[in-house]
Amino acid sequence: MSLIHYLVLAGVLFVISIAGIFINRRNVLILLMSIELMLLSVNINFIAFSSYLNDVQGQVFVFFILTVAAAEAAIGLAILVVIFRQRKSLEVDNLNELKG
Amino acid sequence: MIEYLLSGEFYQIMLFYVYSAILIGAALAVVTMRNSIYSALFLILCFFSAAALWMLLEAEFLALTLVLVYVGAVMVLFLFVIMMLDIKVKAKSGMSNYTKVGLLVALIMAIEMILLLGKKLVGVLPQDDLVKHAQGHSNVSEVATSLYMKYSLPFELASVVLLVAIIAAVLLTLRRRDDYKIVNPESQVHVKAKDRMRVVKMDAERGNNIGGEE
Repeated sequence: MSLIHYLVLAGVLFVISIAGIFINRRNVLILLMSIELMLLSVNINFIAFSSYLNDVQGQVFVFFILTVAAAEAAIGLAILVVIFRQRKSLEVDNLNELKG
Repeated sequence: MIEYLLSGEFYQIMLFYVYSAILIGAALAVVTMRNSIYSALFLILCFFSAAALWMLLEAEFLALTLVLVYVGAVMVLFLFVIMMLDIKVKAKSGMSNYTKVGLLVALIMAIEMILLLGKKLVGVLPQDDLVKHAQGHSNVSEVATSLYMKYSLPFELASVVLLVAIIAAVLLTLRRRDDYKIVNPESQVHVKAKDRMRVVKMDAERGNNIGGEE
């Protein structure tokens, strides 16, 4: 089993989550989940390279990505709660307040 | 042949394919499910199978961290928000324009990646097998050595990022209620006796001397 297996897996995962962002016009929540999925695929790449090159720095980097992703999820969900309180819906099409 | 089927290498390859299939299936389910609770649950499955794959790559510390931090904290937060908000599930109205554009963009990106992996990276990627570590090799101590020796400043900064996230999340969701009874401590400290109590000077009056004598 070689590195390319993991790279293809991460690529497929990344493409699925990109498609998910475009497909989900209904719900901001699923959009946030797609972003988490994208970060996961990037992390898979990092760990695969770090293992195959026998260099632990990639894993340290993944550790920092996990930290930032957790912070981003917390703030994103807080913003979502505020939006829901104001508009009573989470549909992406309804969030056009700033549209010119 | 039989020896190969019983070997550890074949078992690892099997595990890789099983977990990747589960991971990709769950990712597709996350993206296509209409109910966001199902999406969140499938995302948990995604993280779990990704953690298993990281175990196969001998990154045990991060695999455990992924399960603890993501499945244990972030996804619980997601589920909590989904259950707290009363989201109405709308009926699906066919394939929208955005869906077509999305599939197109995904296709283009997939082709780009295949081109990159197939052409550019051949000969550059390390082709040999996973580095075999001796028994008793500790991934945790390896990561910790790098994290605390070389990356100690970024490590401290990561904690600042988390602190900022906590404060931002609390401030964003804090709301003033109408029936809010909290007293501002500053105005409480600065209060003077005359703000609270008014001393009224008045002459003493004689009562109606009921049944009294002169």
